[in-house]
Amino acid sequence: MSIFEYNGSALVAMVGKNCFAIASDRRFGVQLQTIATDFQRIYKIHEKLFIGLSGLATDTQTLHQRLMFRHKLYELREDRDMKPETFASLVSAMLYEKRLVTSICSLTVFGPYLCQPVIAGLGDDDKPFICTMDSIGAKELAKDFVVSGTASESLYGACEAMYKPDMGPEELFETISQALLSSVDRDCLSGWGGHVYVVTPTEVTERILKGRMD
Amino acid sequence: MENGSCNETFNVFLALHRPLSIHSNRSTCLFLNMDGVILGADTRATEGPIVADKNCEKIHYMAPNIYCCGAGTAADTEAVTDMVSSQLKLHRYHTGRESRVVTSLTLLKSHLFSYQGHVSAALVLGGVDVTGPHLHTIYPHGSTDTLPYATMGSGSLAAMAMFESKYREGMSKDEGIKLVAEAILSGVFNDLGSGSNVDICVITKGNTEYLRNHLSPNPRTYPQKGYSFSKKTEVLLTKITPLREIVQVIEGGEAMEE
Repeated sequence: MSIFEYNGSALVAMVGKNCFAIASDRRFGVQLQTIATDFQRIYKIHEKLFIGLSGLATDTQTLHQRLMFRHKLYELREDRDMKPETFASLVSAMLYEKRLVTSICSLTVFGPYLCQPVIAGLGDDDKPFICTMDSIGAKELAKDFVVSGTASESLYGACEAMYKPDMGPEELFETISQALLSSVDRDCLSGWGGHVYVVTPTEVTERILKGRMD
Repeated sequence: MENGSCNETFNVFLALHRPLSIHSNRSTCLFLNMDGVILGADTRATEGPIVADKNCEKIHYMAPNIYCCGAGTAADTEAVTDMVSSQLKLHRYHTGRESRVVTSLTLLKSHLFSYQGHVSAALVLGGVDVTGPHLHTIYPHGSTDTLPYATMGSGSLAAMAMFESKYREGMSKDEGIKLVAEAILSGVFNDLGSGSNVDICVITKGNTEYLRNHLSPNPRTYPQKGYSFSKKTEVLLTKITPLREIVQVIEGGEAMEE
């Protein structure tokens, strides 16, 4: 079993008309044993920028802390929030730093952070931006939707069938929720409901979804 | 003993991470004619057997007169070309001259050689400089070839078959574009690691034309109409946070007294 499947996760982001949605499952497990059912995988960087981190939970939390640190330094220096594109490049550079086995002061650092990020944000003039990366920072920009985690295969299928361009926030919420819930039902390692953020230029709506509990 | 444990962990690292990175199993190919270079690539990125991106960009910018097609691990091709292109820009500022293709070739190969093949970037480098048009292939271990036509990646055999049968010296620009597109298409249709669209980049003396999605021979065959759900998702909790209005600060008015 791959270390990326140790905790289990499902992440998806979709673009709508002047808005975006990002959703995750809520399970935190150790292989097949469920430890928690209210786990947070999506983090807010600023009001209009979110990052979801799938993969090994310990690394997702470390990476999130380093990213918050870097964003706060940026805010102090520039007196503004980071653009989603800039933030994506930052994440990519931080992941690629750990591409190979590195040595720091005779300590050996083993390889990358074991997570695949999904980044979603509203940029200048509220243009939605979504992107995903592998664990070594290869960016994949998309116009429609991005997925990651142990349920990524079923998410690809569900999103490809359910997505349509230019959805409003309500329809987008319904689509991303149903895509997420139907996908995690075919993945043992993720599930236990969902956590969905829908972001429009004027408000952020956060919803907790009810899902199967097996 | 010390060495033994070091090697072991190193192997674990490779086994863990290599299959998980996105490979662009591209049929990168390209080709040279009398006064310019034509680069071509498909637009599929894969993660094992899964298509990760249906329309990615594999022809990377190096300098205004030099571009580079990358196959192998996506993060490596991206990082290595970005790194070298910034070194080239600094070099141009320093010398005030146009970059040469051999300069980028040397920078790329010395980086790749120093990592002993662990940076998995297989590149096709093409450009036109003061010494004329050049075409090179670079392997992940740092070896290089200089050729009149070259291919790299999983679709390289399919693409090379087209070049071997149809390449002639002194082809015109349009003939060249047609042959490169045909070579990429043979990768797209005969190699499973390549697919989707054809990107082309034509570099001639003093001019670069990037033809993004020059051909799109694989359009979606089923409608993208979304789905209407008969039952609404069950929501346990909703939290709505209004975003603060962006306040426009109007300059002017009386300055505060000291």
